[in-house]
Amino acid sequence: MSYQYLLLLLLSLGVSAVEVQRPRGVPLSKRQFYEEGKPFTCLDGSRTIPFDRVNDDYCDCEDGSDEPGTAACPNGSFHCTNAGFRPAFIPSSRINDGICDCCDTTDEYNSGAACQNTCRELGSKEREIMKEMAEIAKEGFLLKQQLIQEAKSGLEEKKAKLAEVQVSKKDLEDKLEALRTVKETAEQPEKEAKERHLKAWEGKLKFESLSTFTIIIASYVSVADLLTHSELDPDSDGSFTEAEAQVKHFFLLDKVDTAAFESVWNNIKEKYVSESNADIPAPVETPQEETREPVPENDSEQYPEEDIPEEEEDDDEEDEDEDPDDGDYKVSPVRISIRFMKDDHDLDLHFVCRNLEKEISFDFGPGAEFAYLYGQCYELSTSEYIYRLCPFNRVSQKPKYGGSETNLGSWGKWTGPEDNVYSLMKYEHGTGCWQGPNRSTTVKLTCGKETVVLSTSEPSRCEYLMEFTTPAVCQEPQSLYPDAHDHTEL
Amino acid sequence: MASVLLLWLAVCLSGTWAVDKGNFKTCDQSAFCKRQRALKPGESPYRALLETMELTNTRLTLQLINDNNKVRLLLELYRLQGNITRVKINELKPLKPRYEVPDVLIREPPTEPLSLLSQDENGVVLSLGAESQRVIVSARPFRLDIMEGRDVLMSLNSRGLLAFEHLRMRKDTFSYKVTSTVASVWDNIKRTAKEEEEKVEDGMWEESFKSHADSKPSGPSAVSLDFSLPGVEHVYGIPEHADTLRLKTTDNGDPYRLYNLDVFQYELYNPMALYGAVPVMLAHNAQRTTGIFWLNAAETWVDISSNTAGKTVFGKMLDYVQGSSETPQTDVRWISESGIIDVFIMLGPTPKDIFSQYASLTGTQSFPPLSALAYHQCRWNYNDQKDVQEVDAGFDEHDIPYDFIWLDIEHTDGKRYFTWDPHKFASPKEMLQGLVEKKRKMVAIVDPHIKVDSNYKIHNEIRSKGFYIKNKDGGDYEGWCWPGSAGYPDFTRADMRAWWASMFAYDQYEGSMENLYTWNDMNEPSVFNGPEVTMHKDAMHGAWEHRDVHNLYGFYVQMATAEGLIQRSGGVERPFVLTRAFFAGSQRYGAVWTGDNAAEWDHLKISIPMCLSLGLVGISFCGADVGGFFKSPSTELLVRWYQTGAYQPFFRAHAHLDTPRREPWLFGPENTALIREAVRQRYTLLPYWYQQFYQAHQTGEPIMRPLWVEYPQDPATFAIDDEFLIGRDLLVHPVTEEGARGVTAYLPGKDELWFDVHTFQKHNGAQNLYIPVTMSSIPVFQRGGSIIPRKLRVRRSSTCMEHDPYTLYVALNPQRTAEGELYIDDGHTFNYEKKEFILRKLSFTKNILSSVNMAPDAQFSTRSWIERIIILGASKPSKVTLKTAGGQESQVEFEFDASMSVLTLRKPGMNAGVDWSVTLQ
Repeated sequence: MSYQYLLLLLLSLGVSAVEVQRPRGVPLSKRQFYEEGKPFTCLDGSRTIPFDRVNDDYCDCEDGSDEPGTAACPNGSFHCTNAGFRPAFIPSSRINDGICDCCDTTDEYNSGAACQNTCRELGSKEREIMKEMAEIAKEGFLLKQQLIQEAKSGLEEKKAKLAEVQVSKKDLEDKLEALRTVKETAEQPEKEAKERHLKAWEGKLKFESLSTFTIIIASYVSVADLLTHSELDPDSDGSFTEAEAQVKHFFLLDKVDTAAFESVWNNIKEKYVSESNADIPAPVETPQEETREPVPENDSEQYPEEDIPEEEEDDDEEDEDEDPDDGDYKVSPVRISIRFMKDDHDLDLHFVCRNLEKEISFDFGPGAEFAYLYGQCYELSTSEYIYRLCPFNRVSQKPKYGGSETNLGSWGKWTGPEDNVYSLMKYEHGTGCWQGPNRSTTVKLTCGKETVVLSTSEPSRCEYLMEFTTPAVCQEPQSLYPDAHDHTEL
Repeated sequence: MASVLLLWLAVCLSGTWAVDKGNFKTCDQSAFCKRQRALKPGESPYRALLETMELTNTRLTLQLINDNNKVRLLLELYRLQGNITRVKINELKPLKPRYEVPDVLIREPPTEPLSLLSQDENGVVLSLGAESQRVIVSARPFRLDIMEGRDVLMSLNSRGLLAFEHLRMRKDTFSYKVTSTVASVWDNIKRTAKEEEEKVEDGMWEESFKSHADSKPSGPSAVSLDFSLPGVEHVYGIPEHADTLRLKTTDNGDPYRLYNLDVFQYELYNPMALYGAVPVMLAHNAQRTTGIFWLNAAETWVDISSNTAGKTVFGKMLDYVQGSSETPQTDVRWISESGIIDVFIMLGPTPKDIFSQYASLTGTQSFPPLSALAYHQCRWNYNDQKDVQEVDAGFDEHDIPYDFIWLDIEHTDGKRYFTWDPHKFASPKEMLQGLVEKKRKMVAIVDPHIKVDSNYKIHNEIRSKGFYIKNKDGGDYEGWCWPGSAGYPDFTRADMRAWWASMFAYDQYEGSMENLYTWNDMNEPSVFNGPEVTMHKDAMHGAWEHRDVHNLYGFYVQMATAEGLIQRSGGVERPFVLTRAFFAGSQRYGAVWTGDNAAEWDHLKISIPMCLSLGLVGISFCGADVGGFFKSPSTELLVRWYQTGAYQPFFRAHAHLDTPRREPWLFGPENTALIREAVRQRYTLLPYWYQQFYQAHQTGEPIMRPLWVEYPQDPATFAIDDEFLIGRDLLVHPVTEEGARGVTAYLPGKDELWFDVHTFQKHNGAQNLYIPVTMSSIPVFQRGGSIIPRKLRVRRSSTCMEHDPYTLYVALNPQRTAEGELYIDDGHTFNYEKKEFILRKLSFTKNILSSVNMAPDAQFSTRSWIERIIILGASKPSKVTLKTAGGQESQVEFEFDASMSVLTLRKPGMNAGVDWSVTLQ
């Protein structure tokens, strides 16, 4: 085995005079465990062997520590110094396998593989890239600070706008006074009359500016839903009539008394939520609080071209399932009116309010640095398709040469790892695939000066991956590569 | 909601998941099968005309006459070398030639003398060679009985089911009338006078299935024959079916069907036809194994019945006690749509005799490059070069070895095989070179359907050469497949195959390199818009109808492709070609997999009997898609499938386009580790696998084999198909149950010892052993008395391990002996045929382990050495001495684990290719 030592000696002398002598494949940090001439104790302490069994091409230690420089141990690892580049550990199975793994060629000392030392080249290349990246990061980080500032003022603006809406609450109460008349009419037994009045009510509604709040309630707590909740039955006669429901409904509308509503809501929330597939947010009093409340994902009001959210369908089903006795029960006029409203494009003002609310509610990052992406779209053109990413909204794909657009997913959530949540975006529930899942897209965010879609791919059928650069994820440059300078010295 | 969900699920499961059985024929829907199956056992109308008998040294011929229609048949009987009897029956004077299957037999089988023992007006008795075997030819009714001593081994036509639909003129057409007037009128009068009027039944001259019409220009042409197997209760073989190893009786359902079909989402445990067909059945009892090879490539159905079927064990006992019992007997009946009866009766008597008898007819398993036995990573599809590169890097990053990465149809330019997608695979050679640098390889798919596109070179050449299969009207047959409208080259033509092979030349197949190999899929052939998703039977291959050659198509495709891969290297390199469709003899051309299975536990389980059945009929290189092709496996199923696949001959993970990615590292570090460990176990055993393939190539014995093959006298093994042997020496009982906490393995052989390969714990044979399992368990046992070589230095590909040292695992039997072999060659060329290899016999006896040259005339040198010898069931020696050639002696250090009786010899260090001995004192 002495020739191996000779070889080792020659090698270590050859590579660098500074390098301290140690068995092949041992990092400097572990040199003290391999003391020439003294019995070697496996690093897991499992046994002690004569020193000439270190790197003798036979595995004696369970942990592989006696063969740092040969492939004898299945679990060993080999340290390449890679002077000029970055040191590395490779599995010892890559020693002398004929493939150059270490840029300093030290892993192939006996395989006949003709490896070139590429460390310097790699090192300078890496330094160049790192420099470039540091520059990008620096500029990107500056941009990010700007973005944070802008987002801050933007948010305040929006909040102020909302507050305006809140002010018009008083206004609203007046309108509701009018509605109270409708309520009384609704209590009359004559159906025809009721409908006539409701129509009038409906007409009024149509032209009034209701607060967003009302819409939320109307959207999620329809008469039909209330009917299914007997805890709301005021006279406990077991017949929770439509009229009563409407009363209740209007009561809620009437007062716009959030405290009262909350108490009712808390009563029904649990049951309601548990019975519904949709994510129902608890309505909250102030917009400030609402910013922390997620808006239902499948709420499509932001996209007026789309259908009414599915939850209405569910409501119908629940009605049928749970109220078999109400066989002749019909969809309440109030609901009809609400549906009508939803379809009505005249309600632009409401949508503005809703959108405002929604925007405020998004998680735009710790400093809202992603807020600038909201309402924007970014495109990437490939040989076949044009991909379109509208952050916090949706991802789509359109064939270049005709054909309709495919939805690759709507905004879902941040899905980065715990320590870097804002590095991945998930868009889900896109167009369904034949025999497969609904399309979804993961957007990987990397630091860049520009906001650009870099690439798209479809690693799995209908699961897309998009690479996206934005200054919003840039970190403070100095923390990026803490020891970048150390390597250059080697 | 729950009920709605359930309903939805039910609709999905029944509607879209399961095979649409309605797309495939039952026997009743296949006119000839229905017609033939309507014949019930009874007195045969056939009579042997003894006066026509001619007996030469090697052949007996005799005419048979059907007393109902006076049509004469010619019976030929041969005694073949190696205890095989061949029985051929054809029409004496067919209207036109009937198809006889070419190219499947490796040569005209050599005969042995037949001699007449006795003869009278009732029949003749012939001697079958030197043993006490005779054939009795009975004249009225005609039957054949093969006897040994006083025992009948097999009877033919004993149930009177010989049926031979003679070719005839169509009587209800104008052409018949013209012909009959112009032709010999007298003959006709004579015939009609003598014969019974022949009934014209529905489906004789045309039939339809769903929207497809079969014009049947030759009319009825089916053949059928029954075989009785006295004393037999277990029959095996006739793949491919998704069924148990032991074949079931078919009295209450359809016969087993052999008709190569692309069955979408096939169902388990039924006799439906699948992708391939090998018309070979093995019959076994504790005394003898026999085999029937029915050489016919047309659609074939096999009926099995048994007089003990349905009888309980108690019923059988009662019969035995009362002495009233008839001998158990299995009756088999083969029905084919066209061609002739050409049957090889292999008389064993041992299972291994059957394998060598069958191998003498159709050849042995091809000897693949060693790397093909390693792990294959496949998916429909790896999207582009970058994807390939990233997956390749993923294996290195997670330290999981692999040898081959595969590209499915999407790699091509618009499903034009031999081309590359210009965007996604713009520089294939660069990609392949990247793999070369990692010592890894690639397989790209080349299917036999050719896009009809006048800008496609391959299509233009095939069309201009007239190589396409023709439709019944003489034009090029066109069907619908992946590329849309496609033509199907006529692979039954030798000139077409030669041309196809030439297309694999490096200068023809652009972007190909030495490390690119081939996968033939869809070669049943699959025709999406054809009857039963395959070709119309009246399509024409020259003079022959597709009906005659159907089951051969896939065989020929793989043959031509393998030939192409051989030729491109100037005959130096061994090819590797995977095929989905196959026939008898396909073993000569590469590997087979069980087609489009599903990510379900039952599909994992069925992979065992499916590959065992293929192994029994010569096709050893078998595997199932690890993970399941359709659907997405649970993590547990995926891990278990890797663990099972690691111990099956062809080890490839594959996944459908619509399933989420499932590279081994996508399921969390724990599962990555479990999969890594399974794959690593495969790599450590590659020397043993390679040696098994060398053996299979020499002998035709299956590699993955049922227990009964090694323990033919132990009835407890006869129906086992949840565990198997690799060669003789490794017994594997994979965990194939969801949530399993233990498995019960049958360890065969009352004199055997079995050593758990992971713990070295020793177990006695002839017991059912309960083995507790965890997610990391793969129950594998090494037989006491065996020596297995491994390479424990698992690297990123098998090629990287070429020069690595061996560890020998010596498992002692109760007599404290063991033996094994070590085979080494270059791993990839045909130079082994030029005697460039090492074959060592390793034996341990009287405390001496020695390595002796078994092939002194062979020459090869290796850098590999013996790094470790582990002796299981050993006692502690005081001294261990190594003696190498030249008489040099040295001491070997050792360690002894008394609790497990394991002796480990440390670094004896001798070269693996030389003589040596190690003495324990």
